[in-house]
Amino acid sequence: MPPPTVGLFIPCYVDQFYPQVGMATVELLERCGARVEYPAEQTCCGQPMANVGCTEDARPLARRFLEIFRGYEYVVAPSGSCVAMVRRHYDELLHGEPGFEELKRKTFELCEFLVDVLKVARLDVRFPHRVGLHQSCHGLRELRLASDTELVGPQFGKAMQLLKLVEGIEFTELQRPDECCGFGGTFAVSEEAVSCMMGKDRIADHVQAGTEVLTANDMSCLMHLEGLIRRDRVPIRVMHIAEILAGREARDE
Amino acid sequence: MPHATLAAEFVADEPRAHWHDQTLWWARAKRDKAAHCVPEWEQLREAAAQIKAATMANLAHYLEQFEANAMRLGAQVHWAANAAEHNEIVLGILERHGVRWLVKSKSMLTEECHLNPFLERHGIEVVDTDLGERIVQLAGERPSHIIMPAVNFKREEIGKLFHEHLGTEAGASDPNYLTEAARQHLRDKFLAADAGLTGVNFAIAETGGFVVCTNEGNADLGVSLPKLHIACMGLEKLIPRAKDLGVFLRLLARSATGQPITSYSSHFHGPMPGCELHIVLVDNGRSAILGSDEFRRSLNCIRCGACMNTCPVYRRSGGYSYEATVPGPIGSILAPAGDMKRFASLPHACSLCGSCTDVCPVKIDIHHQLLTWRHEIAAHGHLPLTKLMAMKAASFVFRHPWLYRMAGKAARAIVPLLPRFMVYNRLNAWGRQRELPPMPKKSFRRLYRQRGKKAER
Amino acid sequence: MPSKEKILALVRANKPAPAHLPPLDNAWTTYPDRYRQFAATLESIGGRCVALENLDAINRALGEIPAYASAKQIVSLVPGAGQPNFDPNAVDDPHALAAVDFAILPGQFGVAENAAIWVTDAGLRHRALYFIVQHLALVIPADQIVDNMHQAYARLSFPEAGWGAFISGPSKTADIEQALVIGAHGPRSLTVFCIQQVQ
Repeated sequence: MPPPTVGLFIPCYVDQFYPQVGMATVELLERCGARVEYPAEQTCCGQPMANVGCTEDARPLARRFLEIFRGYEYVVAPSGSCVAMVRRHYDELLHGEPGFEELKRKTFELCEFLVDVLKVARLDVRFPHRVGLHQSCHGLRELRLASDTELVGPQFGKAMQLLKLVEGIEFTELQRPDECCGFGGTFAVSEEAVSCMMGKDRIADHVQAGTEVLTANDMSCLMHLEGLIRRDRVPIRVMHIAEILAGREARDE
Repeated sequence: MPHATLAAEFVADEPRAHWHDQTLWWARAKRDKAAHCVPEWEQLREAAAQIKAATMANLAHYLEQFEANAMRLGAQVHWAANAAEHNEIVLGILERHGVRWLVKSKSMLTEECHLNPFLERHGIEVVDTDLGERIVQLAGERPSHIIMPAVNFKREEIGKLFHEHLGTEAGASDPNYLTEAARQHLRDKFLAADAGLTGVNFAIAETGGFVVCTNEGNADLGVSLPKLHIACMGLEKLIPRAKDLGVFLRLLARSATGQPITSYSSHFHGPMPGCELHIVLVDNGRSAILGSDEFRRSLNCIRCGACMNTCPVYRRSGGYSYEATVPGPIGSILAPAGDMKRFASLPHACSLCGSCTDVCPVKIDIHHQLLTWRHEIAAHGHLPLTKLMAMKAASFVFRHPWLYRMAGKAARAIVPLLPRFMVYNRLNAWGRQRELPPMPKKSFRRLYRQRGKKAER
Repeated sequence: MPSKEKILALVRANKPAPAHLPPLDNAWTTYPDRYRQFAATLESIGGRCVALENLDAINRALGEIPAYASAKQIVSLVPGAGQPNFDPNAVDDPHALAAVDFAILPGQFGVAENAAIWVTDAGLRHRALYFIVQHLALVIPADQIVDNMHQAYARLSFPEAGWGAFISGPSKTADIEQALVIGAHGPRSLTVFCIQQVQ
């Protein structure tokens, strides 16, 4: 059977500021049996504009996304929030457009693609560190990549499932396992005081839990948390889950 | 003032903000514990949402059925199109009975209509009898939470208030002592009241009765001593059948405070013998929301406050930063419906985390409605110009990949060369408490292309 | 146009698509031992549950309650229970009940999931008694405890004017820094006597 072809979507801030996360994603997908292509015309899924209410500014970006990824079997992004945008919020922008229903069906966040489509069961990587998993909200409550603490039901988690395949990894226990980090897009700037208090509270939770490496599905959350960590010189390293699953060493400062 | 401004002031008092956050989080934690004791919790939420949807789909019928049954039982039913009418109706009833002293249990509807100041202007003394409401009333403030009105007050501050108004010992702050003092003080008020006014938690169309839930017993004390009971309710408080209460009473207290049920769930059917019961049905914008496909579900709200307890923003900014009758997530949907321009900042006081939606016992898609409000606000021109321009600029850049690549490359090349004071200053809101992300030499797309070329060789 | 017609017209004009009422015939939680669940829940919310073999045992049990022993004005509408010295039905004005220290009243049935007891004003002129009394005792047959609120409402109907309430535990508040204080405006305590054998 031919390997599934994946059109890779890399969020703009990963493309510009965290290229190593994109590279780790490529390697990880290839190692797990996918054929990866990166259509270079891509820029942004339009979420920042849509989230501020500027629908008309987001619509052309949604159309671009639909066109750019039209030919691929799957679309995978190392970002719960971008994928949530496509699957849950593109309806207002692309309703009725040919190929849109297919786009929703074939777009996956990285961990859910590895678990649900590639059915990854082993990874052959080591990461002997105390890892704190931050549950990014879009992936958690829009894509249901894991059970949240609000709903009453069986516990599950795709990111955790993959991390458990990593040798030597230890998980820290948080007091508030899935509270929002406070990034929230433009919220991070327009409600800066609350945003940073939320982020610092998350970090304090990881500190009390003994986290060495803080990870998540979304680099946006991590960009915000890392910004606070570095300003306050907190001894926690921040890595995207793709980097851990791809076998990277814990990054130096 | 915009929420962000008031929130920043709240956050600036760090210890207090943390204390407020922990207090509300504890309420959330109690909810979790209670919900997890009910294996069918998610079925209950689904049933509640369906009951509300069915009620809204036939609201006129249920309203008429309720009125007919209530009147058959001897209650008098009044209809108020808006807050002003509501206030006039209540005043009219009170004046006809020569009421000078009114005791009132918790009713967010009467807060919405600003009933207290209206009655006081007409010479009627109103005493809020819920302890939290009495505290904020004595302080001259609004409730900062719909279930725990004085959650933002410290015990020492309440002690000071009670010393001033109730004559308790100076410096006393023990909750038991203060509550006992309030018990005695309010007992006098109950015994002296000419009339009692309550809200309505649920009104039952098929029976013509309604239910009032409290832990303190203040609603019942307030209306079982005088001969006049006025019950004020929004149109959306209607439920079709008595058996629907089985669902709602299992959800309400667990969601609000983590208790299996409130101490008292009082079912009123008609007046007491020889007494009068007046029910005031209030629209005040609810019929308009009913007509909105996007916002109709906000009428499901049973005013439990769970969304406030879980909201990371509410916990760290407090009820007053919303400047609305009902604060927090549900308040940020309801307030703009009344005045979009005034409350334009509220739907943005949200990181879209979605926790509110998952704790809502009646499955209101709160965070999605907040996002929808953002579209409405932008479409009506109430978005700050800076935000509008930034989004247009960003959209333009993202539509032109060459421009996007150039901007990225320029930022990554220039920023590392700038002295720190040029990067981190008052113009850089991101940088107030955070470092900027790293500025690597090569973007992902450059690295990917190079990797591809290397592989080809 | 009077407001009623205005409001109904708006509500009709804004009528959403039809939606069905759920039948509520789900398999709701039941308990292997309803009395045990009721008692445990009542204790956890600040009430006291006392199991008695029959009603005759109630007076000894009452004597062990300090609030009863020290009560000056006692009401009892449960024949044979306590030594009442005040008849609440003999007064016209509920304000006259303000000095009642202890009241022993019948409950109709209990609910295991939340320790609620359904009470009514049947046989009681002034419902204020349930709230104005300092200490309340309710008496229910131990075999009249249902599992959950759905079963409770299956037993209830409201064809006529009247009043009823679910009472669960004593009055309470946590409005001062979330510190739980038992005894707010209503009764300071609730004791529930569950009678195993009802004559």
